[in-house]
Amino acid sequence: MTTRVGVITFPGTLDDRDAATAIALGGGEAVPLWHKDKDLNGVDAIVLPGGFSYGDYLRAGALASVSPIMDAVVDSAKEGMPVLGICNGFQMLCETGLLPGALTRNENLNFICRPELITITNTKTSWTNFFQPNTELLIPIKNGEGCYQISDEGLKNLEAKGLVVARYNNNPNGSKNDIAAICNEAGNVVGIMPHPEHAVDGLVGAGVDGLGFFWSIAGVTV
Amino acid sequence: MEKIIVEVMPKPEILDPQGRAIQGVFNRDGHELVLGVRQGKRFEISVNGPITDELLDEIEELAANVLSNPIIETYAIYADEGDGE
Amino acid sequence: MVDTVSNAANTPELMQPWQKLGLKEDEYLKIKEILGRRPTAAELAMYSVMWSEHCSYKSSKVHLRQFGEKQPDSDVLLVGIGENAGVVDIGDNWAVTFKVESHNHPSFIEPYQGAATGIGGIVRDILAMGARPIAVMDSLRFGSSDATDTARVLNGVVSGIGGYGNSLGLPNIGGETVFHPSYAGNPLVNALCVGVMKHDQILTSGAEEVGDLVLLYGAATGGDGIGGVSVLASEVFDETASTARPSVQVGDPFMEKLLIEATLEMARANLIEAIQDLGGAGLSCATSEMASNGTGGMRIQLDSVPLRDNTLSLEEILMSESQERMCAIIAPDNLNQVLEICEKWDLNATVIGEVTDSNSLEIYWHNELIVDVPPRTVAHEGPVYQRPIQRPAEQDNLINNSTSSLKKPVNGDEIKSDLLKLISHPNLVDKGWITEQYDRYVRGDTVLAAPDDAGMIRVDRKTGKGIAVSLDGNGRYCKLDPYLGAQLNLAEAYRNVAMSGARPIAITNCLNFGSPEDPGVMWQFAEAVTGLADAALEFDIPVTGGNVSFYNQTGDVAILPTPVVGVLGVLDEVGKRINRVYSTSGSKVYLLGETKPELDGSIWAEIVHNHLGGRPPAIDFAAEKILARCMRNFSAYRIAEATHDLSDGGLLVALAEMVYDSGIGMRIDLPDELQTSEMLFSESSARAVVVVSEFGDNAFLQLCQELAQPFSYIGEIDERIDGLLVTDLFAISQVEILSCFSSPLTT
Repeated sequence: MTTRVGVITFPGTLDDRDAATAIALGGGEAVPLWHKDKDLNGVDAIVLPGGFSYGDYLRAGALASVSPIMDAVVDSAKEGMPVLGICNGFQMLCETGLLPGALTRNENLNFICRPELITITNTKTSWTNFFQPNTELLIPIKNGEGCYQISDEGLKNLEAKGLVVARYNNNPNGSKNDIAAICNEAGNVVGIMPHPEHAVDGLVGAGVDGLGFFWSIAGVTV
Repeated sequence: MEKIIVEVMPKPEILDPQGRAIQGVFNRDGHELVLGVRQGKRFEISVNGPITDELLDEIEELAANVLSNPIIETYAIYADEGDGE
Repeated sequence: MVDTVSNAANTPELMQPWQKLGLKEDEYLKIKEILGRRPTAAELAMYSVMWSEHCSYKSSKVHLRQFGEKQPDSDVLLVGIGENAGVVDIGDNWAVTFKVESHNHPSFIEPYQGAATGIGGIVRDILAMGARPIAVMDSLRFGSSDATDTARVLNGVVSGIGGYGNSLGLPNIGGETVFHPSYAGNPLVNALCVGVMKHDQILTSGAEEVGDLVLLYGAATGGDGIGGVSVLASEVFDETASTARPSVQVGDPFMEKLLIEATLEMARANLIEAIQDLGGAGLSCATSEMASNGTGGMRIQLDSVPLRDNTLSLEEILMSESQERMCAIIAPDNLNQVLEICEKWDLNATVIGEVTDSNSLEIYWHNELIVDVPPRTVAHEGPVYQRPIQRPAEQDNLINNSTSSLKKPVNGDEIKSDLLKLISHPNLVDKGWITEQYDRYVRGDTVLAAPDDAGMIRVDRKTGKGIAVSLDGNGRYCKLDPYLGAQLNLAEAYRNVAMSGARPIAITNCLNFGSPEDPGVMWQFAEAVTGLADAALEFDIPVTGGNVSFYNQTGDVAILPTPVVGVLGVLDEVGKRINRVYSTSGSKVYLLGETKPELDGSIWAEIVHNHLGGRPPAIDFAAEKILARCMRNFSAYRIAEATHDLSDGGLLVALAEMVYDSGIGMRIDLPDELQTSEMLFSESSARAVVVVSEFGDNAFLQLCQELAQPFSYIGEIDERIDGLLVTDLFAISQVEILSCFSSPLTT
């Protein structure tokens, strides 16, 4: 059975098309979902794609996190459905409380778009189980508010429980402990600031290092 | 430590996309009585020493030229009357 | 009280503020003659703004006609000049539209919003053709990098382009950033957008069917950009009206993104009969143009326009340039479906009128007729000026002051020192600080982007068909010789597109000049337009549209005349694209084209000697076409490993850029005739550097021979070399190259 992965489009979502392409390249089936939907159409997993939902107004991800579909996303995530929030999707996951912490303005205050090296530090999540521990990946970042912030206590908890999924090799935005991606304790919900969906086709992206995230969710079957 | 508060708002005639989007979500979620939302910024400026007219003038200069963009924003400035010492 | 049509007929002697609205006396009299009475306040407002330079092209029209008259026979042009943007056929039923527009003055006043709304405007132009916008580019010019105001304008403009474009999900695929003192008070912000659609999805602006509805959707109307028109409200007709009108427009990219998706959803469901974006002159322009391009009749209820600001007078509503609005003509049967789509995307949509067969644009305000005009007279029959033209007296001095007297570097150390000056200069350094603030990846089809010579986007995922675009200007050449300079601009954009392997097929332009009332400026303009039109004919590709920006001057001092030219190319398989990055040690380096000692107007003269004089390099259309043909074959047969065109700075700068981008060393052994600084910094046109692996070498030689392409072998890629080694002259290490190209843009 092909894994059906829902890709939710909010007003202002931009990378939904890229996420769908990446899911298909990874062996899954992308199922478009609309933010005003109330149910998840029976999908097996969810991607909250990048972009500027609601123009990033108020706080990035804040207005999208109260969209009608998010109740179902939160409920399903708590029951174990794999959810990947990329960039703006990561911001939404923090706003809903599914993941701890918050994303704030980059240290240099500018939007930054460039490939960055990250290292995978947790290979037990639903979205990273196809990687070897400590694999280095080249994945584009593109964000203005990608600086991961969390209380000291929260940070200790993340580190103690191994919930940091990826770290930047050269921290581009001031994120605490170089954090590029985190997960919840169950490992089904992952938020990542870099864009693995922009690293699945060398002709039009930054290499193919992002494919592993999508293999992880779809499995590789012959 | 004394504080001076500067509040910066988009001028009334200037479009405030953020406020408009927030209002839209409120209305969608059934808060029909919300007629408008405008979003501004608040700056708390801690200063050394008592708040004199000269100091307020000095901060006002900063409010007018640095904290706000006079082309699209207005500002208000006042001494904080919160936690006295 | 409202100035109705009958009131106007009954009060023929009323004094009207036509001068304050920028009209000349003969223009005002012409309006009276057209109407057979004095115009109402609303009509006066409409004519004044539609007959302005910005909307009517009254000074440029007589010259721009050449683009039509000299149009080469072309089978690619689907929609020509006159619509929102030209459309060309790229094969397989795909149509591409592209256009550049300036937003210069607003970007000086408020750089962030000025640049942001510039992107917004050009994207809506492309959307109004029925196309999905797929990429943006920008050509930027600022004052000296060390001038006090430059950082403010540069930072604001770059953030504004990024803030708006990134939020729309449009990859920014390149452009140019140039610093020169003449742009200090007049920065140039020219934004290009490309869009694609299928042939049967092309939309135009003519309202053809009587009874169809006029739908206004998107943002509510505020008092944005109504400038001079406020005099009508404040001084003549309503003493109490608010005079607090925004001096700048604030863009809402989120709204624009919704507008794009909703419009395309309607268009793809065939629910739109005609469409027009609301840009300059707002509703006045949209209603008069749509009526004029269609049946000629339209009835509008102006009081039904949703407002953001209830203090607006009716004249101001007509003039408002509030952003993020579109106007569509909808068949009554389709209205419900259209409204559902707008509702889905949280957009306000209001029917404000209908198409009639009255041959008149009638606008009502609470059931009173306030405008009753033949729409053609507003939209298309504005005044046409034959402005005086005079070649400036100092032009001869400028040309006679050539670079021949300048001190040239004579030995290797001196040449290296000049090269380092060049590649540390803000005009030539790595512009990564800018381009990293733009999203280049979104939509997953970006094949090439800055700093590649052209940007490239895949259009068809099945076949791999794609387009390449380059946007180039050169004020120095145009100052010395606007005719030739404009041609060299076009040649450079053409060459940049060709470097990627694409076949150039269409041209667009944005013509930035000083005041048309200055005969010297008008001479520059006329020469540049003639040069471009003649060159388009030589290259045998059509000009599909353009934009004119006059009055770019501070006091009597105009900017360098700066036509910016965009060229669009097609590549059947984007997988065969070439860029300037090489990877194989042992590959050979060739210089294609003929180098002549041409330093006049060069960036070497500007940077090293602060000199501008003489004659720009010669142009050779045949050589450019052969070079482009070579490149197409290098791409098709995968012969070239890397290509890079030669332009600003000439050969050495191009080689340094390639080494910088590739990170592998290069050994250059120059033939004797190239070993002088006149040749090394020469900006002779129709040249390129090509890197060829040993497997491709025979094919390369054979192709050059067959096409009679001149070339010289000049060296090899050599991983043992650190940086760039030019035998017998100098060596520059990778670290030196890196540190030069990483120099800051502003101080």
